[in-house]
Amino acid sequence: MIRRRLAAAGALVAAVALVLSGCANQGGGQQQGGGPQAGAPSQPTDAVLPAGDGQGRCAPGTSIAYTGTIAGQNAALGIAIVNAVQLAVDQHNAANPNCQVTLVRADTGGTPDTAVGPVTAVINNPQVLGIVGLPFSGESRAVGPALNAAGLVNITPSATNPALSTNGWTNFFRGLGNDAVQGPAIARYIQQRLNAQNVCVIKDDSDYGIGLAQQVTQALGPAATCQADVRTNQREFSAVIGQVQQANPQAIFYSGYYQEASPLVQQLRDAGVQTPFIGPDGVKDEQFVVNAAGAADGALLSCPCVPQEGFTDFTNAYRQAFGVPPQTYSAEGYDATTILLQGIDRGAADRAALLNFVRSYNGQGLTKRFQWSPTGELTQTPVYMYRVQGNQIVTDSQI
Amino acid sequence: MAASTEPWINFDVGLLIDRFWANTVNGLAYGSIYALVALGYTLVYGVLQLINFAHSEIFILGVFGVYLTFLALGFEPGAIPDLPLGFIIVDLVLAGLVGMAVSGFAAVLLERTAYRPLRRRNAPRLAFLITAIGASFVLQQVIRIWRGSNPEGTIRLLPPSPVFTIFGAPVTNLQIIIFLASLAMFFVADTFVNRSRLGRGIRAVAQDPNTATLMGVNRERVITITFLVGGVLAGVAGLFYLMTIPQGAVYNGGFLLGIKAFTAAVLGGIGNLRGALLGGLILGVAENYGQSLFGGDWRDIVAFVLLVVVLMFRPTGILGESLARSRA
Repeated sequence: MIRRRLAAAGALVAAVALVLSGCANQGGGQQQGGGPQAGAPSQPTDAVLPAGDGQGRCAPGTSIAYTGTIAGQNAALGIAIVNAVQLAVDQHNAANPNCQVTLVRADTGGTPDTAVGPVTAVINNPQVLGIVGLPFSGESRAVGPALNAAGLVNITPSATNPALSTNGWTNFFRGLGNDAVQGPAIARYIQQRLNAQNVCVIKDDSDYGIGLAQQVTQALGPAATCQADVRTNQREFSAVIGQVQQANPQAIFYSGYYQEASPLVQQLRDAGVQTPFIGPDGVKDEQFVVNAAGAADGALLSCPCVPQEGFTDFTNAYRQAFGVPPQTYSAEGYDATTILLQGIDRGAADRAALLNFVRSYNGQGLTKRFQWSPTGELTQTPVYMYRVQGNQIVTDSQI
Repeated sequence: MAASTEPWINFDVGLLIDRFWANTVNGLAYGSIYALVALGYTLVYGVLQLINFAHSEIFILGVFGVYLTFLALGFEPGAIPDLPLGFIIVDLVLAGLVGMAVSGFAAVLLERTAYRPLRRRNAPRLAFLITAIGASFVLQQVIRIWRGSNPEGTIRLLPPSPVFTIFGAPVTNLQIIIFLASLAMFFVADTFVNRSRLGRGIRAVAQDPNTATLMGVNRERVITITFLVGGVLAGVAGLFYLMTIPQGAVYNGGFLLGIKAFTAAVLGGIGNLRGALLGGLILGVAENYGQSLFGGDWRDIVAFVLLVVVLMFRPTGILGESLARSRA
């Protein structure tokens, strides 16, 4: 009897653990190497940089925080951002002897269920005046109310779920275009550039994947002829591939992250499906290319991130500091940090003042002009298409 | 939430029928990996009545053992090497042996450091269970600190290629190797437990530890051997898993597969070797049928609903529990 009960208890623990793991994990990821390519903008002459005018003054101990994945799932994206944040803070501190800002790194693990603790710790640290983050949509939704209640300004460099700006949060600012911009742009590219009228939309079970798939499906209209679903952490896709083979589409759009996308695209190619594969910013990571081995070649990856290879001062400094070229959303993270540092330099000494500064901010960054609507959406939201060529992700064009 | 055009659940009988044979073939191949891991759960449960939740990490350590052997043999992530078949087979066997050694050693070490001290102190069963879960997390994080949180770069020695078809469903070389080798490993394990002298000791301890000790069976030794056998089988599973999913070498990669394998063990009747094999194969194909019928987001749900339904009618699993009573 005891054995049986123990087995039942074990099954229960297993089921709960599985459900929890299923809730985990949202975001987007990426990277590019190589020299300047067609379609990559160069640094705007009027771009505001972290160093500012060197006249910044602030109280000792003044801090900003990065909250996001550093070592959790899809960590490559978080590292690309936190490195850029660190670079901006270092450049600022070197140029402003009277204002030394500390960077607090809070690792959220990238999932809604692990984000609450680290974010609460940041909220309870009175020296933190502003946040760069959170990178992923699911975790952003989970901690948004607490950040809003604390009046702590947060600029996300990569969370793209459109619903995030519809919660009435007055402290949420998005440093890039959301999926209501990216989704239709992807659909246009698929229909007009790839000329595909029969598209399979495969999505994962994250907030990000579901939200983006809905945008793309809506924009595709009748061309979205098949819908398939995968689960976070799934690695074996034969049933989904069967569904795709049955539908025989002219293009496959995968709405999710690179961790699932790389085995999926490899297994698709192994099964003889050579249909064009399109992924979003969550797949645009060097990890996708490495893990799919040759199967990623030719894949198209959209992203509301701006190609960075033209920002040579930034890319050189990043490469010098971290030994690798900047990756997806590095420049967006750098820009977001610059804005917070500007506010501190200009005398914002508490959270309310910094929040007001960001709200009324209007300035040029590396990636775009930053000026927000009352809900925290940008007015300028470029989306680019990238392409996997051999072992590299290269810029295709603005879409 | 899902797009308005999409139903919350599908009922695509046409797809299920069209894909029946392909789903069966793929399910049997992947299910045999479940089965090999499930054997480890079932062996330990049979002897100690302990659900060794850390077994998923024993498995992933085996995967890393295989992967690091590939690296040590000079393979690099990315390109698919164009080697003569003989070399590939030797390399795979070598990597498999290392994986078996790593997993087997890790399982015995885990038993010595985590479970044996508890047994010495006559700890309650709950303490074992919680220790198992804790050990699982510890091992996972140790791997993460050691190898980082990104999956290891893909190294694939043997790309799948179709050999023949069954009712239109292609069967790849990889699937044939994995299915047959898993069956062979199962028969070795089954024969070992049911026919050998050590196996008789395992069954004796499973049936009645005290009497077995009185009859001269060295209980501690039997427990060590049980963990060793379970670990070695997990190492083999690690090789097959990495051959099927080259992206599989990541610190938390054992978690989901471990839960599925545990489900398979309970499904077939935990404590019963044949049950683990049957449960693994059934789970593999049922997941695929369920995905075609209900949609891909129902994959995990299908597995657990199946478990619940089977346990309602057969509370001890399909073949019943108990290693001791599973004699041929």
